[in-house]
Amino acid sequence: MAAQKFNTTSLARGLVSILLFLVLWEIGSRSKHWLGADIFGPLREALGAMGFKKTYIPWIGAVPAPTEVLRAWVDVIGDAGYWHSWYMSSFRVAAGFVAAMLIGIPFGLMLAVNRTAFGIGFPVFEVLRPIPPLAWVPASIIFWPTQEMSIAFVTFLGAFYTIVINVVGGARSIDGRYFQAAQSMGSSRWDIFRRIILPGTLPSIVVGSAVGMGITWEVVVAAEMISGGGSQIGGTSGGGLGFFIWNSYVGGSYEQIVVGMISIGIAGFISSELLRSLGKYVTPWLRLR
Amino acid sequence: MGESSTPRPLIASGEIVVAGVSKSYGAAAFQKDVVRDCSFTIERGKLTVMIGPSGCGKSTVIRLLAGFEQPSSGSLKLDGEPIKGPGRDRLVVFQETALFPWMTTYDNILYGPRARGEVTPQTLEFAEFLLNKVGLQDFRRKYPTQLSGGMQRRAELARAMINNPEIMILDEPFRGLDAMTKELMWEYYSGLFEESGRTNFFVTTDIDEAVFLADRILIMSNIPTQVRAVLEVDLPRPRTLADMVASDRANQIKMEALSILHQEAMKSFSRGSKAAADFVEAYNKRTANS
Repeated sequence: MAAQKFNTTSLARGLVSILLFLVLWEIGSRSKHWLGADIFGPLREALGAMGFKKTYIPWIGAVPAPTEVLRAWVDVIGDAGYWHSWYMSSFRVAAGFVAAMLIGIPFGLMLAVNRTAFGIGFPVFEVLRPIPPLAWVPASIIFWPTQEMSIAFVTFLGAFYTIVINVVGGARSIDGRYFQAAQSMGSSRWDIFRRIILPGTLPSIVVGSAVGMGITWEVVVAAEMISGGGSQIGGTSGGGLGFFIWNSYVGGSYEQIVVGMISIGIAGFISSELLRSLGKYVTPWLRLR
Repeated sequence: MGESSTPRPLIASGEIVVAGVSKSYGAAAFQKDVVRDCSFTIERGKLTVMIGPSGCGKSTVIRLLAGFEQPSSGSLKLDGEPIKGPGRDRLVVFQETALFPWMTTYDNILYGPRARGEVTPQTLEFAEFLLNKVGLQDFRRKYPTQLSGGMQRRAELARAMINNPEIMILDEPFRGLDAMTKELMWEYYSGLFEESGRTNFFVTTDIDEAVFLADRILIMSNIPTQVRAVLEVDLPRPRTLADMVASDRANQIKMEALSILHQEAMKSFSRGSKAAADFVEAYNKRTANS
């Protein structure tokens, strides 16, 4: 009922939104002016009159048009290197993300459940947490034996903090009456952990993972750009989508930069959709209102 | 509610004696007595209702009875044994709902037996019996958020009853229900009580609810909590709403309870309690009408 309505109108709006965006982009790119006319002309003149450079207005003429991007995409779509970039980035994201889940969820639960563990573990965690993952790039290149491992490590950090914070917060916000009720009915500590704390924290784990996944894509792309792709293969597209973009920039292929950007957008969208449906599956009580 | 011949465990009813119990919170200099030298008995097989002005420490008494907290002094004994901690012999049905949101009605009801590893064919049969009893047989696979307020309370009653506690402790269980559902729940719940003959302890702030349900009413004073008066409600069972409205005796008990509560409210009103002021206003309206 509600879902049906959501599908038709909302899908239509979504299509209009994307089409409108592409059309405006095409017009701007081809006419070399925003919205096809030089609407910023007076502003540019005004800037010039005030003594600033006239080029301070971003120039859309430098951006390749959607049709050109599409042509560039068709060129690389059969290229094994392009798909290898997809594979490399996805693999790094998956590795870092899964490691963050495997370490972050038990670690967060331990902090939430055990007061001693919290006292010892949390201060260090809180000191390290504000350091942006990208600030770790040079250090991890030095510390980890291979470039691949250092990129995976930085990716791991991107998701780790978010997952831990969400797990701790989620476990701590479980209604105290659930514990009292469970205790009264004869639950052991392990039983309370398994049947109250774990399912009670699950919604927060799902949220933490979704946010963490987003950060993971941001981090992996930047890490690939900084570290030069981390691949021995080199060439146009040996080292992931981030390196693909960087390489296209260095090689002057602006259409390919945009191809890389959109590819990352698609990859991020697919992974969060996957995570969202997985999240819905493991928390059935939240979708049935 | 006609056939009740299904085999089910024999109900052992308990009796709790509360003697000279005090409970205070806070560090030495700022210590505040919430309960002071409080004594009463929750009699075996009876439905005892505790009523008192809001914020009078009733919930503290419940936490002590349930064993979630220990008294600062005095003793609480169940059938002569001191209450040391929470246990399945004294189950609490909480304010609002404390059903586990991630479990279906059926899983919620079977929580206790599963926790103790006591899932036998008899238990499952008893679970079916209770599901029918509370009218939720078609809602066994639903999650708590899919149930109405009244259904949630009934599921919670079933979740407590399957553990066959000696005493059921109910902390304002029907609070927040709309008036119609609330009255239905009174009839429904007192029916369950009459059938089981189990000791019940019911806490409320609603006088109509207290008189409808109770065998005995404990009227509590304001903080520090003590028993201010005990009223025996000698009305025949089973009770219906129509009977209660028509009964002079019921109204007489109601007015008696009201006037004692009024005195208590006036005391805390003079100490600046907003809740008490509300009560006094409502009381004046009510006495003017009757």
